Amino acid sequence: MIDAIIDVSPAYFAGFLMTLQLLAISGVGAFVVGVLIATMRISPVPSLRMFATVYTEVLRNVPLLLVLMFCALVVPILGSDLDYYPLALIGLTAYTSPFVAEAIRSGFNGVPVGQAEAARSIGMGFGQTVTLVVLPQAARMVVPPLINVFIALTKNTSVAGIFFVDELFKQTDAATRDNPSDVILVLIYAALLYLVITVPLGLIAGAIEKRVVVMR
Amino acid sequence: MSLSVLYDAPGPKTRRNSMIASIIGVILIVAFFFWMYLTLAAPRVSANGAIQPGTFDPSRWDIVARADLWMSFGIGTLNTLRMAAVAAVLAVLIGILFSFGRTSRFAVVRGVTGVILEFVRGIPVLLMIFFVFLVFAAGSYWSGVFGLALYNGAIIGEALRAGVKSLPRGQREAGLAVGLTPIKAWAFIEFPQAFRQMLPIILAQLVVLLKDTSLAFIVSYPELARTIGNNRNFFGSRYMFTLFAIGLVIYLVLNLTMSWLARFVARRSGPKLGKALPNTPRQIGVDGTRAITLPGGGYGPPDPPH
Repeated sequence: MIDAIIDVSPAYFAGFLMTLQLLAISGVGAFVVGVLIATMRISPVPSLRMFATVYTEVLRNVPLLLVLMFCALVVPILGSDLDYYPLALIGLTAYTSPFVAEAIRSGFNGVPVGQAEAARSIGMGFGQTVTLVVLPQAARMVVPPLINVFIALTKNTSVAGIFFVDELFKQTDAATRDNPSDVILVLIYAALLYLVITVPLGLIAGAIEKRVVVMR
Repeated sequence: MSLSVLYDAPGPKTRRNSMIASIIGVILIVAFFFWMYLTLAAPRVSANGAIQPGTFDPSRWDIVARADLWMSFGIGTLNTLRMAAVAAVLAVLIGILFSFGRTSRFAVVRGVTGVILEFVRGIPVLLMIFFVFLVFAAGSYWSGVFGLALYNGAIIGEALRAGVKSLPRGQREAGLAVGLTPIKAWAFIEFPQAFRQMLPIILAQLVVLLKDTSLAFIVSYPELARTIGNNRNFFGSRYMFTLFAIGLVIYLVLNLTMSWLARFVARRSGPKLGKALPNTPRQIGVDGTRAITLPGGGYGPPDPPH
């Protein structure tokens, strides 16, 4: 039993690091794209709003597996010579960005209308209202749902394992085949490694949520 | 917050600028898709100098005339729906159990349920399905169903608990005062209200569940995503784009219909905000300031409580 744990540990830690990398890089990417999409969604230009809405609706209604399948199996046919790892990063970023955008939008929606009205009534324009009044208040409320999006992203990185990225789930898959007598142990070990990322993130989100509620 | 408060009703100049920006935006988007179309349609030269036909070449699409292709996609779609339906029912039941355990009078029950919830919510669904498949040897269909039901049940359970918590305390106290046991007060007074209030969240989660059936791919359940892979092996990888496009359209139709249905039901039977809940403060300045909104813009539905 202990042997199995020791045996799989190096592969697991390599996989764990890969999972963290996927989380960090596609997390930052999804945040940037998500902010862009959210900005487009509240912008005064109708065509941008429309584009952002369609982008959000389509990507939110396609399974992640299909997005990554597109990246791993269709894009190479189209003549790209990117490796599976950057392709998985692109897929995870694209899939996560509409969720980031929706989290940000829900934060904006949480700011009472009166705040924007007050800003408008003392003569502030669109830019001033958004950056000086609405955004600072929305930012606080955006953090907990945003962390929840990143928790979901942590779990979603496992799907990249199906498409040839050597992250934790793929290592788990291999470990269960190498240790048929200790399958349960090997699986729980992997689950604990995922929990090491997701549980602290959840606790942080909960703590911030409580503080935001008190402040309002 | 309705976004129409953020800027003035546009005057002639702003309308013109906005129109110009819109046209430029549309042109850019159309140009992008046109570029993508050209890239896809162009014949490709592979490493050994052989020229392959473009993506829209008839030789890549001739399989759409074959009945067995549509047969297999039909079966794949049915399999996806079959898994989603059973998993959805189980997920709601498990969610009710979880929320019941989390609001139990006994600290032990609360604690144990809490730990199980954290565990289930914190690990990937993929790992969960895999776990059920290997540990309980449940077969591909049932491991998918149980993996999905457990995971989504945990999330629905937390939603229901939040719903119960947000009810006015008087509801429960009134139940106890007329002689209901705590369990009866929960079942007849608190739970029905919480369920109604959380219906939009539960339905949204069921849409996620439908999407996640694709993860049963990992245990070789022949659902829609697996169907794409199987057909690729059968017809050859030059049909990959075609097969992928078909699968994508089926998924989009399924999920958009479900999302739309969820929104429709949520609107019909959701809580009447501001009436059922005591702690939605009246928003100051909502009345009598329509002058600064866009013509016909209005305020939209009231904001959710936060």
